[in-house]
Formats: sequence, structure tokens, C-alpha cells
Amino acid sequence: MQIYLPIAEVSVNAFLLLGLGGLVGVLSGMFGVGGGFLMTPLLFFIGIPPAVAVATEANQIVASSFSGVLAHFKRKTVDLKMGTVLLVGGLCGSALGIVLFNYLRAQGQVDLLVKLCYVTFLGIIGTLMFFESLNAIRKSKKSGGKLPPRRKHNWVHNLPFKMKFRVSGLYISVIPPLLVGVLVGILAAIMGVGGGFIMVPAMIYLLGMPTKVVVGTSLFQIIFVTAFTTMLHATTNFTVDIVLAVLLLIGGVIGAQIGTRIGVHLKAEQLRILLAVLVLAVCGKLAFDLLVTPTELYTIGAGGHA
Amino acid sequence: MIRLAAIFALFASFAQAEERIVLGLSQDEVAITATFDGSDLLIFGAIKRDAPIPQDQGDLGVIIAVTGPSEPVTVRRKERKLGVWVNADAVEVDAAPSFYAVATNAPFNDVLNDIDDLRAQVSIPRVIRSVGSALDDAQDFTRALIRIRAGADLYQRLENTVDVQDETLFRTAIALPSNLTEGNYRARIFLTRGGSVIDAYETDIPVKKVGLERWLYNLAHENALMYGFMSLAIAIAAGWGASAIFSLIRR
Repeated sequence: MQIYLPIAEVSVNAFLLLGLGGLVGVLSGMFGVGGGFLMTPLLFFIGIPPAVAVATEANQIVASSFSGVLAHFKRKTVDLKMGTVLLVGGLCGSALGIVLFNYLRAQGQVDLLVKLCYVTFLGIIGTLMFFESLNAIRKSKKSGGKLPPRRKHNWVHNLPFKMKFRVSGLYISVIPPLLVGVLVGILAAIMGVGGGFIMVPAMIYLLGMPTKVVVGTSLFQIIFVTAFTTMLHATTNFTVDIVLAVLLLIGGVIGAQIGTRIGVHLKAEQLRILLAVLVLAVCGKLAFDLLVTPTELYTIGAGGHA
Repeated sequence: MIRLAAIFALFASFAQAEERIVLGLSQDEVAITATFDGSDLLIFGAIKRDAPIPQDQGDLGVIIAVTGPSEPVTVRRKERKLGVWVNADAVEVDAAPSFYAVATNAPFNDVLNDIDDLRAQVSIPRVIRSVGSALDDAQDFTRALIRIRAGADLYQRLENTVDVQDETLFRTAIALPSNLTEGNYRARIFLTRGGSVIDAYETDIPVKKVGLERWLYNLAHENALMYGFMSLAIAIAAGWGASAIFSLIRR
């Protein structure tokens, strides 16, 4: 069934959108990532104008994250205190990121920078996570299913302004989570995604939070950051397509519920290794596009000013 | 303005033409509804004569052109720098129609000569208005624009698709694609003899969103804050709804 999107001004198959939403929703629920880094390129691919895709995707992430976080609230795997600290940093970061984004756009080449950002971060995070999880699985097999204690004391634990995060079982300074929030906020604004795929590894490896708590807390923070982004796009660029968003989020929220339940049955290491493979796959595809001679060298952009 | 003047000049030149166009359209306007999936625009008409069919002025040609709203576009070309493909040169095209279809009853070059094409702006390259660029190969950019849009069926050159019966009745169907933008679409019909234009006719076909599409589009532009909050409310309601339904199912 074809449906005409009022803001994007294209006609697309409604079931295709539902399916895409569902697929990305499953991943979102499993890994606690918003799924924007997958969905946005997919939307480009089916012919949605990039500006509309980025803005609408932010709105859809609000829905799937909200659905996901409710499931996590029930299992008490959301660290509200940590989430709030990350959120404060995140909002500062995204405000900074938007300023930076507009500066880069004025210089031209913003597309390339966004792609290079993706390749770099996805590559680093994917590789690190992949090998770390592989090691963890190997070790747990050797020692008869028993995990060695992962948490070590490092510089993170010697900073001032310590705070107790009971749900995460941490007693650390608020400075690292704030900085993580700011960094993720900046990157999220530049790359036009929720930032879960950066946030999740940062929480695990930098802050030493338990994997179970990480997903819910990340979703909690993402809701607010993407809601902020949606409002910004809706009021300045008029690029949020509500019909597109509704179709994606119907698929997305159902997918997220299924994904959250699949996630419960997987071991933390398996979950991480799957996410690592996914991240590396997207990274590889983007790098491939940058390096291989494109079939069409020319692109058409709107507006009279290059 | 230049184009308008050219058209007036054309009209003046066939003031004493013996053959004139009478036109019909299958629809006065195209309504974009939520389930819009392209539309066939049927354009038909007749040639009115006060005298018998002239025999000595060359073959009869009928050209039907439908032009979507024009807008400036930027065409960029990628270049390899440090192993990575990046956007390098760019050319600004002052006005390119978002949609253009030109249908003829015979091969294009047989029904219209270059001079009249230049005056009336009928062929696809003539419709695109581009003031010179500093680049030497600016032509390549315009060609790329045509190639890309032709690939998306937005620019169509439809030779031999106008049916002409008894040199009097003509008809053609133009397929409007599903990714149509709003605006005034102009249908132009040219009557030619031996490649020269002897009569021209123009009419506007408005293409507009209706119903829910119209309402949402207006709300998004005129009451953006409200629209933003509505989008968020729908997102949160959907997220909550799915969660509630799934916990019911599990129980």
C-alpha cells in the first residue's frame, strides 16, 4: 500500500516503513541504542530527503526509547540518578554540537565530516567491544562459567564530587558521567542520532556500570535528548514528517518490546559481541562508500547557494 | 520576463495562422491525497481550421510539454582527495523544473527546429536556466542534472507518444510520478509545420495536497511549536501503548 508523506513529499510503501521500523526497533530494545545510526541511512536509501529523515528519526527514537525504558523500569534496571547526570551533560553537549554543526555547514563539506565521524567512532567502538567481549567469553569458558571481576580502580575513581549511584552499585565522582554526557551530546547533534551506540560502551568501559543497568539508563537519557532535537527541527526547519514518524514508530515500538525480551535471554557478552558486529558492519558500509568510486559522481542539492 | 517576452513574440508571429489548438484535459487539477501513487494526466484536443489542410508547409507536429514548478538547485561533483570521495566543484543552476515531460507525435528533431526550440524553450536542456559558471565544464553539471532526474522519471522525453488522427485530433497521456511536489504545473501545447511553431496554447494545472495531507502540512509550517509537541505526544503515547499492550499479553 503506497502512502504519500506530506512533509517529505514522496510516496512510499507503508508496509516497507512498518517493517523497517520493526527491524530497527528489535535492535533498539536488545541493545539500548536508539537505532538512529541504522535507520537514518536506511531512510536515505528508500528516497526520503536527508533533512526529513534526520528530523523524523529523532521523533521516532523518542517513541521506541520510551517503550523500551518502560520495560526496563519494570525490571528496575534504570539508574535514574546516573541518567539525570548524563542528561544534564547531554543537553549541554547537544547545544554545543548544534553550534558546531552550523559552523561546519557554513564551511561546506558537512556530509563528509558526518560520515568520517561515523566511520571513526563506529570503527573504534566496534573493534574494542568485539575483542573485549571475545576475551570475556573465552575466559568465562575456561574458568567454568565464572566471570573474573571486571571492575578495577583507575583514575576515574580518584576525582572529587563523589556521588552514590545505588542502582549501578557505584560510588564515583560526577565529573566522568557529566563529561561522557557532553561528549555524547556533541557527537549526537553532529551525527544526527540519539547517541546510544557511543553512550552504551562509554558507560560500560569508562564508568564501569553493570551491563544490565546500562541499557535502561541509556534509553532514559536518549528520550530527552531526542525530544529536544525533534522540537528544534520541527520549529526551525519544518522537517518532521508525522505520517512517516507514525508508520516507523508503530513498527518500532512493537519491535522494541520484542527486542527487550530477547535481550533478557542473552548473556551480556553475547549481547555485546552482537552489537559490536552490527556497529562494524555499518562502519564498513560507510567506509566502502567513501573509498569506492561512486557510479554517479554528481549529486543534486536544493537551494541556490553551494 | 525574458521567457514571457519570447512567448508574446511567438503569439504575435502566428496571429495570422490558419490552424489553431482547441484543448481538453482529463482533470483540471491534481489532488494529492494520503494514498496518492502517481497519476495519469490525459491531454487531448483538436486542431481548428478555417481553410482546408495545407499541403505545402511540411508535416504537422504536435508537442505537449508539462512543466512543474521551477526552483534553484546546486549540482555537486565528487572528486577523490586523499583516497576519499568528497564533494568538490559545485554549479548553481538558477532554475530547473521539479518535473518536466515533453511528448511529441514524431521524433523530436523532426517536429521542432533549433531556433523555435530556443525561443519557446521546449527541449529538456532548454528548460533548465543556468547563468554561466566559472567552471569550464559547467555543461557537464547540467547534463548530470538531466541524467539524474531522467533516471527518476522526473524528466521525460516522450517521442512518438502523441496520437494524431486525421491531422485533426490529438491525445497523449503523461504519467505524473508519485513523488510529485506541490505547485502550478503548466501544460504547453505547440503546433508545428515543418519544424516551425504555428500555434501555441498554455494552461495551468494546479497540483495540491488535500485533506489530511493539507492539514498536516499547514500545521507544520504555520504552527510549528504545536506540531512539534503533537509529534512528541504521539511518540510517547505510542511507546506507552505498546508497552501496556505487551504487558497485558504476557499476563
